[in-house]
Amino acid sequence: MIDLDRLYRVEWGHLLSSLIRAFGDFDLAEEALQEAFSAAVIDWGEAPPNNPRAWLYGTARHRAIDRIRHRARSQTLLAELAPFDERHLQSTEPDDAVPDERLRLIFTCCHPALGDEARVALTLRTLGGLTTEEIARAFLVPTSTMAQRLVRAKSKIREAGIPYAIPEAMELPERLSAVMAVLYLIFNEGYAAAHGKELLRRALCREAIELTRLLRGLLKARLGIVPAEVDSLLALMLLHDARRETRVAADGELILLEEQDRARWDRAEIAEGCALLQEALGRARPGSYALEAAIAAVHAESANADLTDWAQIVGLYGRLLELHPSPVVALNRAVAVAMVEGCEAGLALVDALEQPLDGYHLWHAARADLLRRLGRREEATASYQRARALAQNELESRFLARRLAELGTPVS
Amino acid sequence: MKYLLLIYDTEKRWEAGYDKMELAEYGAFGKEFSAKILGGNALKPTATATTVRVRDGKRLTTDGPFAETKEQLGGYYLVEAADLDEALGIAAKIPAARYGSIEVRPLMIFA
Repeated sequence: MIDLDRLYRVEWGHLLSSLIRAFGDFDLAEEALQEAFSAAVIDWGEAPPNNPRAWLYGTARHRAIDRIRHRARSQTLLAELAPFDERHLQSTEPDDAVPDERLRLIFTCCHPALGDEARVALTLRTLGGLTTEEIARAFLVPTSTMAQRLVRAKSKIREAGIPYAIPEAMELPERLSAVMAVLYLIFNEGYAAAHGKELLRRALCREAIELTRLLRGLLKARLGIVPAEVDSLLALMLLHDARRETRVAADGELILLEEQDRARWDRAEIAEGCALLQEALGRARPGSYALEAAIAAVHAESANADLTDWAQIVGLYGRLLELHPSPVVALNRAVAVAMVEGCEAGLALVDALEQPLDGYHLWHAARADLLRRLGRREEATASYQRARALAQNELESRFLARRLAELGTPVS
Repeated sequence: MKYLLLIYDTEKRWEAGYDKMELAEYGAFGKEFSAKILGGNALKPTATATTVRVRDGKRLTTDGPFAETKEQLGGYYLVEAADLDEALGIAAKIPAARYGSIEVRPLMIFA
C-alpha cells in the first residue's frame, strides 16, 4: 500500500512547479494535478505504479491537455494552443524525470509585486501543498476570503505578466530577501499563535522550516551557493522551534523564557541551528536574521536565565539596532540591559521609548515587570492593567491577569 | 506585453524649470531603451489640468487634476517588455524613480 497523503505532501510542489512551467497557467496546472491525485486513489488500488511521480505527472499532463482541447473546441479558440510546447501534446509516455522547477515557483509566489498576504497564501498552497481550507484556518479567516486571496494573486501573476523565472543576478539579493521575508512571516504566524489546541498553526512553523530547507537545497543545486542569510534564517527558526514544547503549560498558560523547562528544549534542533549559524557567521557579515539567531543561540546554550550571558545579548541587540533601527528592538535591548545593569537602568531606557510604543502592550508589560521587580507595586499594577487592555492575544491576556493577581489585584 | 510606466513626482521640483543634468539623463534613458519605448511624453503641471465628468447626461467641468496627491502624474512611457520584471527594470532606470515613483501598469488588450 502506498500512502497517498504522504505522497501528496512530498510531490505536490515539485509536480506543480513542473506543470506550471509546461503549461504557463497556475490554475490549469493545479486543477490537472488535483485530478491526477484523485485518479490515483481510484486506479492504484493495491498496485501502485513503479514510478508514482512520473505516473502523476503524465496523468496530470494529459488532463491539462484535455482541458485545453476542450476549451479550444468549445470556444473555437485554437490559437490558445499556440503558446504551449507541442511535445506535450504528442508525448503519451510519462517522463522518467519530472523537471524540478520549484525555485521558479518560489520566486514567482514571493514576487514583490504581490502583497504580503498573497505571497504567504500562494507559497503555502503551491509549494507546501496545503489546501485553501487549511491555510484559511491557520490564518483565522473564512475559507472564502482565503480562496479570493489566492484567485486575486494568481490573476495578478497572469495579468501583470509576473514571470515564472529565477531572477537575474542583479535582482537576486532583493528578490531573495522577499522570499526569506515570506518564509519568516509563515514561521512567526505559527510561532506567535502558541495555542496548544491549534495544531494547524503550529504546523506552520514546521512548514516554514521545511520550505527554508527546500530553498537552501534548490539554491545550492541551481546556483551553487547558499547565501549566509538563508542559513541564518534556518538557524533562527530552528532555535526558536526548539522551545515549542515548553512555551505553553498543560493548562494552556503562557510560560516565559526564564521559567521554561530547558531540559525539554529540542537539543537536536539547537545543535543544528547553532552549527548553521556558526558556519554562516564565518562566511559573511551578520545580517538581521543572523543577529536574531545569535540571540536565540545565547539563550539556547544557557542553563538558566541567571547564567545567561546578558551582556552579549545587549551587544547583539545593539548591532541589530544599528542595522534596523526599531523601537521594538530597542525595547528588547532595554530589557536585556536591566539584566546586566539592574532594573533602574533598564527602566530608564524603557521609559525613553514611551512615545513610539505607548500603544504596544508589550511595552507596558515590560515596564510593569521592571516596576514589579523594583517593588513599585502600584505603578506595576497600573502598567499591567494597561498592557492587558491593549493585549490582543488570549494567552498573553491571561498571563497578564495572573501577574495582576500576584500583585493583589484579582482580575475577573 | 505592453506596459505603461506612469511617472509620479513632486512637480515643485520642476517649478524653476527643468534641470539640465536630469534632462540629459532622460535623453540617455531614451537612447538606452529606444528599442523598447513605443512612446512617451512629459505633461504640463497639474495647474494646467482640467477634469471633466458626465453625470445624468450633464457635463461637469472642474479645475485641477482628478485627485490632489502628494506626487503628481508628470509623464509616461509606453514600453514593450517580455514580462513584469523587464518592465520594472526599465521603470527603475527612469531618472524620476530616484525622487518620485513609477507606477507600472500592463495594457488591457481587447480581442
